[in-house]
Amino acid sequence: MGLHDVMFYYFAAVVVVTALLAVTRPNPVHAVLFLIPCFFHVAGLFVLLKAEFLAVIQILVPAGALMVLYIFVVFLFNLYDVKGIKAAHRQSVLAGIVAIAMVLMLAVLAVSSIFPGPFQELAVKTAGDNTAVVGGALYTTFLFPFELASLVLLVVMFGAMVLARREGKE
Amino acid sequence: MISLTHYLVLSAILFTIGVAGVLMRRNIIIILLSIELMLTAVNLNFIAFSNYVQNPVGQVFVFFVMTVAAAETALGLAIVVAMFRNLETVNVDEINQMKG
Repeated sequence: MGLHDVMFYYFAAVVVVTALLAVTRPNPVHAVLFLIPCFFHVAGLFVLLKAEFLAVIQILVPAGALMVLYIFVVFLFNLYDVKGIKAAHRQSVLAGIVAIAMVLMLAVLAVSSIFPGPFQELAVKTAGDNTAVVGGALYTTFLFPFELASLVLLVVMFGAMVLARREGKE
Repeated sequence: MISLTHYLVLSAILFTIGVAGVLMRRNIIIILLSIELMLTAVNLNFIAFSNYVQNPVGQVFVFFVMTVAAAETALGLAIVVAMFRNLETVNVDEINQMKG
């Protein structure tokens, strides 16, 4: 077992355990805090897959900015003190059966799929390092979607401000 | 040796944890977190395949997925804030004003 294998199993185990804890903790503060190591270790898996640029983005955006946003909202509105929120849903048993069936189905599909053999270790490095390759694709072939994404973020910024604004208080 | 299948199975497990979270929990914040988990599972799949077929386009797509995930979180939390102000709850079972 090489170093790559050991690192994969470590990252995978932490990701699965922290994700399970995040969706099962009654307190949303704990859930958000468990999701932060989960996203950090997903970034580790991205590094193993030679996607260093996206690993950094994964730490900055989902693990950093978004989790801070969640914690702000949970703290500002005292959301963990609402009654009836901690009990499991009455459809939990059915949902658990559906989830187990789904993961078994997906795992069988993945194991019996037509993709043979291990990864080639050379990865996506035909035109320099990973950031150069992704940036080159982003600013040439995918320039229009890239600009559209910035427009989406602008609209979302105004939308969030309008939605969260307090009415009739000037 | 770690193969593509390992990453696919891990991604399937992560996605299913997200689905289970959406189905089982009543707190809308946890439901938004579970959606975040599902998007992460999809990103992992994209990057694994991008490495497997030696094509960087999968990573570009992950970049856009992350953009949309950030947008979804910002709007979702804004809606939660507005809802909590008006209804004093984040329990999805109590949000049934649109029910016929």
